[in-house]
Amino acid sequence: MSLRAAALLLADGRFPAGGHAHSGGVEAAVARGRVGDLDDLVAFLRGRLATAGLVDAALAATTCHRAGGAGVLPWGELVAEADARQPSPALRASARVQGRALLRVGRRAWPGPILDELACAGPDGTPHSVVLGACAAAAGLRPGDAAAIAAHQAVAGPASAAVRLLGFDPLAVAAALADLADDVDRVAADAARTAGGSAADLPCGSALLLELGAEDHAAWEVRLFAS
Amino acid sequence: MGSGKTALVAALCRSLAGDLALAVVTNDIYTTEDADFLRQAGVLAGERIVAVETGCCPHTAIRDDIGANLEAVEGLEERLAPLDLVLVESGGDNLTATFSRGLVDRQIFVLDVAGGDKVPRKGGPGVTGADLLVVNKVDLAPAVRADLAVMARDAAARRGGGPVVFCSLTDDPAAGAVTSWVRAQLAVPPG
Amino acid sequence: MRAGALRAGAAVVARLGPDGVTRLEVLRSSPPLGLRQAAGSLWMVGTAAGPLPGDRVTLRIDVGAGAAVTVRSTAATVALGRSGSARSELLVEAAVGAHGQLRWLPEPTVATAGCHHRGLARVSLAAGARLVWRDELVLGRHGEGPGRLTSRIDVESDGSAVLRQELRLGPGAPGWEGPAVTGGAGAVGMVVVFDPGHPPTTATCLGPECATLPLAAGGVLISAVAPGASELRRRLDAGMVAGEVAGGVEGGPVRHSPELSDHGGEPARR
Ligand SMILES: Nc1nc2c(ncn2[C@@H]2O[C@H](COP(=O)(O)OP(=O)(O)OP(=O)(O)O)[C@@H](O)[C@H]2O)c(=O)[nH]1
Ligand SMILES: [Mg+2]
Repeated sequence: MSLRAAALLLADGRFPAGGHAHSGGVEAAVARGRVGDLDDLVAFLRGRLATAGLVDAALAATTCHRAGGAGVLPWGELVAEADARQPSPALRASARVQGRALLRVGRRAWPGPILDELACAGPDGTPHSVVLGACAAAAGLRPGDAAAIAAHQAVAGPASAAVRLLGFDPLAVAAALADLADDVDRVAADAARTAGGSAADLPCGSALLLELGAEDHAAWEVRLFAS
Repeated sequence: MGSGKTALVAALCRSLAGDLALAVVTNDIYTTEDADFLRQAGVLAGERIVAVETGCCPHTAIRDDIGANLEAVEGLEERLAPLDLVLVESGGDNLTATFSRGLVDRQIFVLDVAGGDKVPRKGGPGVTGADLLVVNKVDLAPAVRADLAVMARDAAARRGGGPVVFCSLTDDPAAGAVTSWVRAQLAVPPG
Repeated sequence: MRAGALRAGAAVVARLGPDGVTRLEVLRSSPPLGLRQAAGSLWMVGTAAGPLPGDRVTLRIDVGAGAAVTVRSTAATVALGRSGSARSELLVEAAVGAHGQLRWLPEPTVATAGCHHRGLARVSLAAGARLVWRDELVLGRHGEGPGRLTSRIDVESDGSAVLRQELRLGPGAPGWEGPAVTGGAGAVGMVVVFDPGHPPTTATCLGPECATLPLAAGGVLISAVAPGASELRRRLDAGMVAGEVAGGVEGGPVRHSPELSDHGGEPARR
């Protein structure tokens, strides 16, 4: 099926869902001297995509699959499975901040029972990946679309943060993202394949330094990005 | 940068906190500078001041993608209800900075006399579109040879007669004229 | 499958006796994994080199209600192989009954160049059960990079997920050496402590390479990366102290019933 405009909208970095204020761990990596040049950034993005990116894409796809079907939505189970895959409290919190921001605009964009129910689901909000899957379903998209958007955002957001933090040539970063596009597609496809299965069997992938860096970052007094 | 936004927020807190329930959201480039200053200045209880991270894009956070600010405002409203007024300070001003109407009911643009008397003539959405233009640091006008009359004339022209206040927050730390304007706005329903 | 590759199943069944002492009702093992009990712990003893390519070892640990078992190893597990060789696997399935306790404190797994090893752990805890689980991975011997290594752990308590973590390292794992995953560290590791009676811990950073991470469903993960194995252990130990869960590792001595012995024998590798 061809590209859907709603998918492009959800994936767009200018969609007002708060993404611009999050570096996806790049700010912490830069401060610790782990990301300094473009090669470092590419290695960072590859690792992030294969771990956090895969997990988020799978959660988004599964949520989209379930929200698109009938019956009561087991948000709680998906949220618990998302949380079990994220040991860092700072990253769980940041996923919820981004989830709330996305839900805010998602409810305006695609009003209806799916997102209304999700809004009532948890007092402190729902992780971004789950909200993304629900928004995709509310927008009439398919699990594969949700996975592709999540996988794309796993690298696109951090890449643009790196441009702002390190003054990289944005054209060079765009070229690096183009090089990663096949990997992004593969991760999205792997994630989409898990969508019909049980939540417990969703893929995991830990990004040790993202998790450690996020805790470190959350404790800084002065930072440019929220995470 | 440095036109006196935080000084104005502090001034408004000083003169309004006595009879109004206030809270402040800051959008600093470096997260907590302004919030810390306000807490230290003691113009408002620390719990009434929240800082928002802007990811190097302070304009985006107040104009294009206002979710984080909305969340901060709503968080304050929830925690401290009822609130009469929430002040949102932008980070790193330039002439193109404006607030989204989805976030604020009124906006005040603060210019620095020391930036030169030609600034109002340049216009830009801040100068032309703000509900109130404050030209601050008039005490510095002689030192920087700024012609306040020229500024007043250009501002009036650019703003089609919209309100302009000239002040020096060092000389008038209560910001009398701006305070009166804010009080008048509170009497008018937002819109 | 490599000629001579080993399929081994080891099993431990521990029950609390009426005297309050944990007894091992079953203790069974065969090469390449031997199990011995000594000094209040169960010891994993390598009875043959390995794991070698194609080896599949399954260890089932059943800790009854109120019983307590500590598993250690006498030496590091060294995963060997040449690039392209078949995968070796160690699967540990542990079930801990109500108010039981399992402490899994082996020496590190060393992923040598060319190895292709997968470690899997599935731990299910009944209500009130406690767990201390340490997993340390050394990425290659001195001067070499590691082979392919996957380490996966799933912990569930009372039927709900506590931790699901999978580390994919070495050739074929995208970005594993990069600044999002190991950043070139020589060793990575973690300790999970799940103790329903323990007050919640707060997140603590012990520098940029070690932190105590309170989990959403209770319990805490101490996570660290380090240049090498000894520094890794030092950081994890420091994390245990910072998380105020060090007592979970020291614990009181656990006495096992002395009568039972290893029925597995020690046949030589064919
Ligand atoms: N001379 C003079 N100095 C002033 C006046 N108002 C503010 N200042 C000084 O100008 C400097 C900047 O003021 P702030 O209030 O921090 O300016 P700001 O616009 O909040 O700055 P940023 O948040 O960094 O963009 C401070 O040193 C203030 O003391 C004034 O009326 N006259
Ligand atoms: Mg300021």
